[in-house]
Amino acid sequence: MKKMMFSTLLVSLLAACGSQPTKEAAKPAAPVAQKPAAATTQAVAVNPLDDPNNILSHRSVYYDFDKSIVKDEYKPMVKAHSEYLVGHASAKVQLQGNCDERGSREYNLALGQRRADSVKQLMEAAGVPAAQVSTVSYGSEKPRASGHNEEAWAQNRRTDIVYQSE
Amino acid sequence: MKKFASCVALLLWIVCRPAAAALSIEIVGGGENQIPISVVPFESDAPGVSAVIAADLARCGMFKMIDPGGDQTHDIAQVSFPGWKTKGADAIVIGGIYPAAGGQFEVRFRLLDVAKQVQLAGFSYTVSKDQFRLTAHRIADVIYQQMTGDPGVFSTKIAYILKREKHFELQVADADGYGAQAVVSVASPIISPAWSPDGRKIAYVSFEQGKAVVYVQDLLSGKRHIVANYRGSNSAPAWSPDGKDIAFTLSRDGHSRIHIVNEAGGNPRLVEASPGISTEPSFSPDGQQIIFTSDRGGSPQIYRIAIAGGPAERLTFEGTYNVSPHYSPDGKSFIYLERNSGHFNVAVQDFATGQSQLLTDGDLDQSPTFAPNGKLILYASIYGGRGILAIVSTDGRIKQRLTMQSGDIREPAWGPFVK
Repeated sequence: MKKMMFSTLLVSLLAACGSQPTKEAAKPAAPVAQKPAAATTQAVAVNPLDDPNNILSHRSVYYDFDKSIVKDEYKPMVKAHSEYLVGHASAKVQLQGNCDERGSREYNLALGQRRADSVKQLMEAAGVPAAQVSTVSYGSEKPRASGHNEEAWAQNRRTDIVYQSE
Repeated sequence: MKKFASCVALLLWIVCRPAAAALSIEIVGGGENQIPISVVPFESDAPGVSAVIAADLARCGMFKMIDPGGDQTHDIAQVSFPGWKTKGADAIVIGGIYPAAGGQFEVRFRLLDVAKQVQLAGFSYTVSKDQFRLTAHRIADVIYQQMTGDPGVFSTKIAYILKREKHFELQVADADGYGAQAVVSVASPIISPAWSPDGRKIAYVSFEQGKAVVYVQDLLSGKRHIVANYRGSNSAPAWSPDGKDIAFTLSRDGHSRIHIVNEAGGNPRLVEASPGISTEPSFSPDGQQIIFTSDRGGSPQIYRIAIAGGPAERLTFEGTYNVSPHYSPDGKSFIYLERNSGHFNVAVQDFATGQSQLLTDGDLDQSPTFAPNGKLILYASIYGGRGILAIVSTDGRIKQRLTMQSGDIREPAWGPFVK
């Protein structure tokens, strides 16, 4: 469970600790460690979760204000992750629901849970066993963007798909 | 990896320690029909008791402070009432501080009516050196009650969350922002502090376990215990008026629903198998009902339900976003947060008439909490790009702003009257 916390959200925490002094977590980057490939001459397959050309490198579903419906544009991405999970029984994801800062922090905590659940439901409908998917809500407490404007709020209304290995 | 572990290692002090920075209060707007009053500097007042009293009265917006103009009167027999009438004072406060037995001090004051030339109130307090400020606030409370008819809240405390970068502190301070102390200090978010009715404990939600968990902390001992850590989120704690039960929101059955449990423990009881989200419970003063936020009707609105169960009654109908309700101390109205053409503001609604009044005009106001006398509302806002606290009177006229030198302050909770 603790490993599940190694999410991109916490990149900013790392930055605060000085280990990554200037990195801004503007996009949900995928900080998955590459396998050490240099020692052999064999071609090493790129981890599809890590391949920027693969839809699996996309991990965030974004929402409208006070909404938890997964918009059509994010469904192919969620479907791709569902298929990956079905094909990799040992892989596990945590779905982390987030909200923008506006309104009630407590209502946002409940809304963030519903956002995470909305992605979970799509995954389960696509055949992903429940044991491979967990959810958590951070409400409006862990904003990715810190501004008090729509640009920041739009980034913060989202569910992140975070693999356990990350 | 190691670095990471040391970074997220939860830095948790559960001790009271002086906070690095103090809150300062700025008066933004005052009431109409202010009562003209003068506080004469007390005799041998090295600790500045009379200055604290005058500052309390000036800040609350109900009084017009009349400059005593060098007056040195400490004895009622020497008061020149016609002189005070000329200066325009309706009432004056005189007093002094005198050595008492055992290294203590006697603080005496009198509140005098200038027109009637009579004493309205007069008390003597025997206190130790570290109680001068509290005594000044108690005197200001007596003056406020005599002159306005409502209890004063100068001697009460407030709690709030101070966020500095990724560090969060639950702090407690005097109602004038003085003497802030960190009660909890962690490297993860804290929200929703709630005072027990006796003022000895604070329930709050901390994310230090990676998700929302409800804790109760004893302020005197610094000890705390978990009251809700079930599957999913555990949040929105609210105390019953007798202090025996806590209501909170659990998502353990897949829906965010309000439960009630004895503070000592036990299995939380589901109040209502509600559709959609139900959260942010607030007990009525008689403890028989709660008002809460629910989006069962398609948008978040305020509802009321008996804690024994039964149908929920919708209370707000205007707009598509009404949240964060709190009962007034007299149970006759409730405050809440509403969305108005993109702005989030505090409003008050009367139960009897159903009429609402908008009280604030910020862009992103949040988390309103009643003062225990029901006359003032403390809330969070954004000012100059930073999180601040603000105060508004229930008639909307008196406005104050509380700021910190650095960091964001948010999630205020006004403490109860404490004897």
